[in-house]
Parts: sequence; C-alpha cells; structure tokens
Amino acid sequence: MAQTHQFCTFYLDRLMFGVELETVQEVIRYLEITEIPLAPRVVRGLMNLRGQIVTGIDLRRRLDLADRPAEAMPMNVVIRRADGAVSFLVDDIGDVVEVNEDSFEPPPETLRGNVREIILGVHKLEKQLMHVLNTERACETATADDLSATGR
Amino acid sequence: MDDLIKDFLVESNENLDRLDNELVKLETDPSSKELLSSVFRTIHTIKGSCGFLGFSKLEKVAHVGESLLSRLRDGKLSLTLDIMTGLLSMVDAIRTMLEEIQSTEQDGDGDYAELIGTLTRLQQETPENTSKTASRTQYSEPAREQEIASAEAKEDFPKSKPHPAVPSLAPAEDIPKSQDGSRPQSAAAETIRVDVHLLDRLMNLVGELVLTRNQITQFSALQNDPNLLGPTQQLNLLTSELQEQVMRTRMQPISNIFDKFPRVVRDVATAGGKQVQIEIEGKETELDRSLLEAIKDPLTHIIRNSVDHGIEMPDERSARGKRPEGHIKLRACHEGGQVLVEIIDDGGGIDTARIKNKAIERSLVSPQQASRMSEQELLNLIFLPGFSTADKVTKISGRGVGMDVVKTNIERVNGSVDLQSDPGRGTTIKIKIPLTVAIIRAVIIQSCGKRFAIPQVNIQELVRLDADRVRTEIELVHGVPVYRIRGRLLPLVYLNEGLRLTRPTPNQTGQGEAANIVVLQANDHLFGLVVDEINDSEEIVVKPLSKQLRGLKVFAGATIMGDGKVALILDVVGLAQHANILSEGRDRTLEEKTAELLKSRNQAQGEKQTFLLFTGPDDGRMALPLNAVSRLEEFPATQVEKSGGEWVIQYRGKILPLVRLDLVLEERRTRLRHIRKNTESAPVHVLVCHDQGQTIGIVVDRILDIVEDRAEVKTAPTRDGIHCAVVIQDRVTELIDIAAIQRIAGKNRPLSIEPAEVTD
Repeated sequence: MAQTHQFCTFYLDRLMFGVELETVQEVIRYLEITEIPLAPRVVRGLMNLRGQIVTGIDLRRRLDLADRPAEAMPMNVVIRRADGAVSFLVDDIGDVVEVNEDSFEPPPETLRGNVREIILGVHKLEKQLMHVLNTERACETATADDLSATGR
Repeated sequence: MDDLIKDFLVESNENLDRLDNELVKLETDPSSKELLSSVFRTIHTIKGSCGFLGFSKLEKVAHVGESLLSRLRDGKLSLTLDIMTGLLSMVDAIRTMLEEIQSTEQDGDGDYAELIGTLTRLQQETPENTSKTASRTQYSEPAREQEIASAEAKEDFPKSKPHPAVPSLAPAEDIPKSQDGSRPQSAAAETIRVDVHLLDRLMNLVGELVLTRNQITQFSALQNDPNLLGPTQQLNLLTSELQEQVMRTRMQPISNIFDKFPRVVRDVATAGGKQVQIEIEGKETELDRSLLEAIKDPLTHIIRNSVDHGIEMPDERSARGKRPEGHIKLRACHEGGQVLVEIIDDGGGIDTARIKNKAIERSLVSPQQASRMSEQELLNLIFLPGFSTADKVTKISGRGVGMDVVKTNIERVNGSVDLQSDPGRGTTIKIKIPLTVAIIRAVIIQSCGKRFAIPQVNIQELVRLDADRVRTEIELVHGVPVYRIRGRLLPLVYLNEGLRLTRPTPNQTGQGEAANIVVLQANDHLFGLVVDEINDSEEIVVKPLSKQLRGLKVFAGATIMGDGKVALILDVVGLAQHANILSEGRDRTLEEKTAELLKSRNQAQGEKQTFLLFTGPDDGRMALPLNAVSRLEEFPATQVEKSGGEWVIQYRGKILPLVRLDLVLEERRTRLRHIRKNTESAPVHVLVCHDQGQTIGIVVDRILDIVEDRAEVKTAPTRDGIHCAVVIQDRVTELIDIAAIQRIAGKNRPLSIEPAEVTD
C-alpha cells in the first residue's frame, strides 16, 4: 500500500493549499499585527503568540496573488522552524486531509516564475487540487531584491 | 551524546584552560613543586578518564605527557624551554582531540606520533637513567609504545578512574597535593553544573514574567483598588529581584577569557622573539555569558596586536631606556552599569605620521584631509575597514589588522572601543560593554501612531519644542533640518520619513506642530530623532528578529509591550546609517566620512564665534577664528629677514616664518607696487598662529576688529587657502584656512623669492 501523508489545508483566493502536518505548530485565528517599516512586502509584521514573537508572512503576496480585501482578517498557520516560528497568513483554514502518494503530481511545465519554486506540486483530491507548499522556500523572503525594493 | 563523555569534555576543557595558565606560570617559577603537581594531576586525570572511555589515542598523548611531568615533578628533569614548548603542544593536541570528540565522539584520526616522539625524547634528556627511565626509553619506537602505553594504562587504572569534577571555582592551589584521588568535598557541594540552555530558558521565562508584571501594574494602576495595589507592589519587587538573580546566574567572571591570555601572550611573544609580561587585574568582574563570548575574539585580537606590534624588540626597548621585558596590563572593572576593559601596553605606541602616510597611500583620505585631521582622528583611521587589508600596512603601521572587525564586534553588543596612544610610551585601548543584553531599559516613543522602543543607553537627552519654536528653531542647511543645541548643530532625522511611515489620518504635513527630539548618540555622532510623542521609559525584553528580517539594520529586535502588542526596538547605529548620519561600514570610504566631518565643522561655524577681522591683500575683508591666533605683533619692516628664500623674523628667540597672504592667495598679485610702498615704510602686522605644532606668522595689511558673530555660511571656499566666505557684521568676509595657507606657502616657496627684494 502506498504511503499516506497528512496535510493541514488552507485557502488563498479560493485555491486550496496544504503543508505537511508535522511542520505545523498550531492554527490560530486572527492576531493583531505590528507592521514593520522598511520590511520586505511579503512580511506583514510581528505578532505576539503567547509571549513568543512570530513573523507573519502573507502567503497571498508570497504567491503573487492579489491582496485580500482590507477588511478581511487573515488566519494564522504557525509553522515550526529551527530558528523560531513563522506564521503564514491565509484566508481560511480547511480540514486536515490524508492523501495517498499516488495522487501527487509535479506542477505542469506551464507553471513558471517565482511561484514554481514554492509549489512542489499538487495532490489530486476528489473535488479540487491541493497545492503542496515548500514551507522552507515560502519562508525565504529576505532576498536581496526584496530588501532593496523596500518601498511600499 | 553519552552523559559520561559530556561530563568528561566539560571537565577536561576546564582543566586544560587552567593547565595553560599553570604552565605559563611555571615558566617563571620552574621549580614550584605545587604547580608541577597540579599540572601532573590534571593530565593524569585526563589520561585516566579517557582510558576508561576508550579514547586510546588521547590516552597515549596524555600518557607520555604524564611521564614527562612526573620526571619533572620528581626533580629528575629540570624545565627547559623545549620541554615547555613540548608540554604546551601536548595541551594543544589534547584540546584538538577533545574538539574532535565533541563533534564525532571519536578522538579523531590525527597523527600524533611526532609529538609523542618529541615528548619521549625530552624525557631522556637527563644523564642519570634509573631503571624506570630505562624502560621508558623503549617508548620511542611507536608500535611498541602503544602497547606499553595501554598496558600501563590498565595497570594504572584503579588509581585513575574518572575523578569527580574539579570545581572550576576553586583555585588549583587549594587542592591538596600528593593525593590524586581525593578532592575537598565542600567546594564541590556548593556548586553544580547547569546546562546553559536551561539558564537561557529560565531567562526567557523571567522575561515573560517581567512583561506580565508590567501588564498587571498597568491594570492595577487603573483599578485604584488598595486590595490589588498591595500584592501588585509585592509582585513588582519580587519580579525585579528574581530577574536580577536569574541574570546573575548567567553572569560569568571575565577570568573565563582573561585566563587564556597569558598563554596567548607567551606564544606570540616567543614567536616574535620578545619578552612580554602580562598583568591581570579585576578578573572576578562578572558579565553576561553571551557578552563574554562576544568580546573574546576582539580581546584576543587586541592582545595579539599589542604583543606583536605594540611591544618592541628587547634591544630596541633597552635603547629607549625601557626594561627589555614588555608589559601588558589587562584590567576589568564595573563602571556605571557597564563593564570597562582596558588593555594597556608599554610598547612603542602608534605612529600617527605613518598612519597618515598609509591612509593617503591607500587613498582612504586625501593629503589635504589628512593634514587637517587631529591626532585622535588619525588614530581612529585604524578602525577603517580598508586600512587593515594589506599586510604591508600592518607591518609598517604597527596596528590595524582587523581592528575594524574588533570595533564592529564590540559595537554589535552595544559596546564602544576607544584608543589612546602615547608614541614611545605605549597604547591604551578601552572597551566598554553593557552588563547584559536580554533585558534593557528603553524609552517608548510614537511616530504616526506606531510605537517604538529606543534603548536608554543611546539616549542623551530629550528636547520638546512647541509649535512656535519649531518654526524658528529648526533651521535648514541646504534643505537638511538641524537644531542648535548648546551652540552645536544637531542634524535632525524625522522618524516617520526615515521609516517611510504614513499617518493613519493624513491631516497635516507635520508643520505647525510641536516637535519632540530624542537626542541620540550613535558611535561618536549625535543626532536628533524627531518623533510625535515620547512616552515612558520601561524595562523591555529584547527578542531577536526572525531570519526574514535580519537585513533590516534599523531594528535591533522586538519586544512585547504591557498591552500585549509587539513593538520594534530601534537600532540607533543602524538608524544613523540609514539616515546617512554615519557612513555605512564598508560601502563608504573615509573620503566621504571626512567630507561629512568637515561639513559638520563648517556647520559648527554657524554658531556664535569670536573672529579677528583684518584686511588682507587688495583691501579684502578677511577673518580668522580668534582661538586660532595666539598673538598680534607689530614689527618694524627692517626686522624682516630672508632665510632660504623664506621670509622670517626673529621672534622670542625663535625664527618665525612669515606668510604673506598677497603671495599665497591666487589672482591677487596685481598691486605689487602698492605693497612695496607699504612694506618699505610702515611696520608689519603679523598674526602669530599655531597650527599642528607649528608656529607661523601671517602678514596682514591692517587689523580691523575683534567681533562676536554667528558667521552664517554663505558660500563654499572661493579659492584655495580660504575656508569659506561668511557674513560677519553684514559684510562678506573670507575665512582663512591656516593649514591650507601653510601648505600653499610651502609649495610656492621658490616663487616668494622674487618679491623678497622688497625688504632689501
């Protein structure tokens, strides 16, 4: 029997995304964000997660999607990392899904650009496709271009 | 990793550090039985433990060392330089293997046969061969030696099973000699080893507690309930006390790094054929362990430099009338909530003339700039990145390898480095560092509705200007805002502009409002940060920024405020760099830095100053700052003499060179006849000026007045030799640049011979 994996799923602009469950520390509702002047555009700010300061990365911006409407409160998917936690700001949280390795397919050749290195591939679920994120890559925001182009 | 191995590593590393010191001490007191016994015991312990843990290679090295030491201890050998070097390389080898064990749990595949051979050979250097030494001579054959070594280890084994840790706090001398196994129990019972991570975690928790305390204090102040106030106050006190105590657990005496220096000094001195003595004072001074780590490398660097470049060769020292043995003093003490570390050597000092030449050669400064720099400014050149790269520079200039790195590292932990040098007598380097980094006192400010924390150590003072004063007292230097603070111009940085903040309600442009200026010190530069509001000062817990934000130099970290929200901590040095107050590390050359320095000096001339007004050639109005002029003299024209093509005058038993402005300044030589007439009959007016140790006389037409004026800068230098044109008493006046005048006078010398006939 093929191996199965558990994914924590969430939505961005109606697209379904998933990260491996083991990497997720917790999922939490909206937290107040302190903006960081001059920070890369992708970094939305800092949040206080029970005394722990967590950097919020706007996945919509990271994935070159349109910004969510101003009144929408993003949810947090907190990712555990060696050098402290990072939170992915997402539109909505989905279920935990268990998928079979068979259903995986790498991204099509036609997917190009910045996004290609963050999306490992998709799992073909019954109703829709779940995009599998490379969490490490998704956290890499402070690239040279980002910092030099600090304008907002 | 196995706990046993871990303990062994910790214990052995501590022992080795002590060993280094004891060996160096032994060199000065080679017959000390006590020291020899202690050294022997340490090696014996290491040998025993590694036999037990199965590190045979390490055991072998320790074994030959031990044998050598036992002969020394028993007086069968006397300590020579060769033996000492052998023993020290043994310590190094052991250290290397311990590092190997640390990372791989194996004692590595290094080849120590040569070292073992050397140590074995050293043992045989006595004529008398007892039966015991005879048997040991066989060790020189490597294969056989291994066999015997392990055989002997087994034989020794019951005696040398791992000892309980030698408490690192107990001085080695206190341990009773001659009994290898037993230790004084009392010292061990009072200290325990604690995992550093546990302490860090504890510190974090205390940090959280401090935050919660702040929240509760705020809340209780609002409630005004006596039932709540009492316990809150108690909580406040207890938390502070707890914080202090936990902080102390992280404190370590500076001896942890100081103790390594005698060995460093010895090695560097021996390599350079020098004799250097090191004196250590205040090694019990405590500071946070993370800071200790941070200053270790810079200090080592400075000390190596002192020995290598600062201290002269023995014969050179004797020639200068100093003791052939160099002296380095290392001093640490607490001073005003900071730790002060001084490194004082009695070496040759730093030759600023050489620094100047090298800096010019490496085009870090232009000759003009260099000639205007003070001694201290020249000294500080060695902290420039470019200064240290080529080794040729270091050899000649004496100091400088990576001094920029030293400075950067110290400044990274909010410390400062100060350098003083007395040529021929020595150099003193002062390092100031804070006691701790985790919890700091900070002032909370607001800009555009956002809160930021500024570490209190960086804040010099707070200034509030109401709307009226903002209009009149914030002035512009070519569009750049400045504020006069006690006669000095303070460049202003608007935080909202620097951070590109936008006001939540864009109601006004910021004009017509009161201004709050936080006067900050970044390295040696003062600047004013204009913010909307200045709130309380608070103790905050510094939390590092995540990797994504490390590139943001304007922030030192983040903290959680009493209301649970996150606030960013401003990095004053980063902010100053961001706002171009400070040049940014490697990217900018000294050229620009000096230009800025000169600019700020020009700006400084905007304050009220006293000027000496006089007419120069062509009836031009000129001025000099009065403090540049030491005397006004009048000489009869007949006293002016000619020497080597230069005009001179005998003045107070010395020969004073005269500079005639009409010859020095460009395009003003049209009225030679007029001058001739003047000089023939009238007395000569001379301004006696001192500049960089030289005295010159400037010949002027007429002395007009001494005035106090603000001297607003109107133009940039009009011509060479002129600092700038200013308005004094509503008239345009040229401000003379003495250094430049002197330079031009020197260059024009042959030219000045022609009109010299005037005086004949």
